[in-house]
Amino acid sequence: MVNDLFYFLIFPGFLFAAAGGGILSWFDRKITARVQFRKGPPFLQPFYDIIKLLAKETLVPRNSAKIPFLYAPVFALAGATLAAVFILLPAFGITTGFRGDLIVIYYFLTIPSVSWIIGAMATGNPLAITGASREMKLILSYELAFLLILAAVIYKSGMTLNVADIIDYQKQNGPLAASLSGILLLIAFVFCIQAKLGMVPFDIAEAETEITAGMFIEYSGFTYAMVKLTRYILLLVLPSFLVILFLGGFRWNGIGILWSVLKILAVVLVLTLVRNTNPRLKLGQAMRFFFVGMNLLVIAAFVLSLYGL
Amino acid sequence: MGIKDYCFKKSLWVFHFGGASCNNCDIEILDCLTPRYDIERFGMQLVGSIKHADVLLVSGSINRKCRERLLEVYHQAPKPIVVVAFGACGCSGGVFADGNTFNGPVDQIIPVDVYIPGCPPKPEAIIAGIAKVINKKAG
Repeated sequence: MVNDLFYFLIFPGFLFAAAGGGILSWFDRKITARVQFRKGPPFLQPFYDIIKLLAKETLVPRNSAKIPFLYAPVFALAGATLAAVFILLPAFGITTGFRGDLIVIYYFLTIPSVSWIIGAMATGNPLAITGASREMKLILSYELAFLLILAAVIYKSGMTLNVADIIDYQKQNGPLAASLSGILLLIAFVFCIQAKLGMVPFDIAEAETEITAGMFIEYSGFTYAMVKLTRYILLLVLPSFLVILFLGGFRWNGIGILWSVLKILAVVLVLTLVRNTNPRLKLGQAMRFFFVGMNLLVIAAFVLSLYGL
Repeated sequence: MGIKDYCFKKSLWVFHFGGASCNNCDIEILDCLTPRYDIERFGMQLVGSIKHADVLLVSGSINRKCRERLLEVYHQAPKPIVVVAFGACGCSGGVFADGNTFNGPVDQIIPVDVYIPGCPPKPEAIIAGIAKVINKKAG
């Protein structure tokens, strides 16, 4: 029991994931600034932002449904933290998880988006509701591709539903990305992560210049700090998930530590560069991209992996 | 100075309220985000929603229609908030001060903490004004 609480609150869970994700979010902003020939924010900027938001006043709109509005960010944070625990525990090799934890992770990764939709719908703000309906359509479009990728990964790693077994398989047979089908799956997975994180080509739900902040427009102070923390945690968790599934997991001894950190930074770098070199897609374009493009790509990869390529 | 104030001044998020502006101030504000001046160095960001803002930047002359909107936006802002009157029109009304529809200046509607005069203010003047905001919070 004490161990579980420790896992949830401190080490691979809340504190660690939030701190790691904060550093990654600084990395993301710094790279963005360097791409635009700017200097960029200081290293502790994400932590300043969070502490400032925690100290500010929290406003509740008069016409909102108060309980869903205030609890949605809490559920989102809890979902992201649980996903962090289930993904990072096997990554650190602490426990081996249980049979089928891949499916549990898939559900936990959906919880933040769904709770944000509920919270945005509860505000009564038309822009927030627009953002929420866009997010809903975006979920519908990328989740199928995401699920197909997981299915292909399960097939390629010898029909196991256990994250720890997938890591072991890659330790014996080389990373899954080291094959043609693996590379195709990796490309599709990067785009799914991009959509899950709401980064620029797919930031339709919170389009800053169009519907101002979309789903998060009414959140202020403490509640917005929780939204930010959830995004930091997802920014650590989803690239780690990619590394676990495709790039052979992490190794936490000697030079392996450096490699592990570099793998995560490389994935975030790819995400940031995609975000900086692409304009925002329209909703229809994003749906077509996932429904037609990504699904076909993943199915092609699946067929290739049936032939052992 | 406690950690709360320190973090507040390290991470000022700016909401831009454009009154009946001639658009010149808006361009100078965007100039601050460009590589030459880059106010993100100080942790500043332009945000889209007043609910996320720490600084309410008011530019342009305030006419009768803007007045109600400005009051509404000010009341919706989470406190503490720093109000900055921006440009000649924001500070005093500028050339519109004698106009028929003029209903400002900003400091007669909401309490103003910092004035940044100029028509439009240079980006250097904006950064000097930002330094004033930071020192005001510190002092």
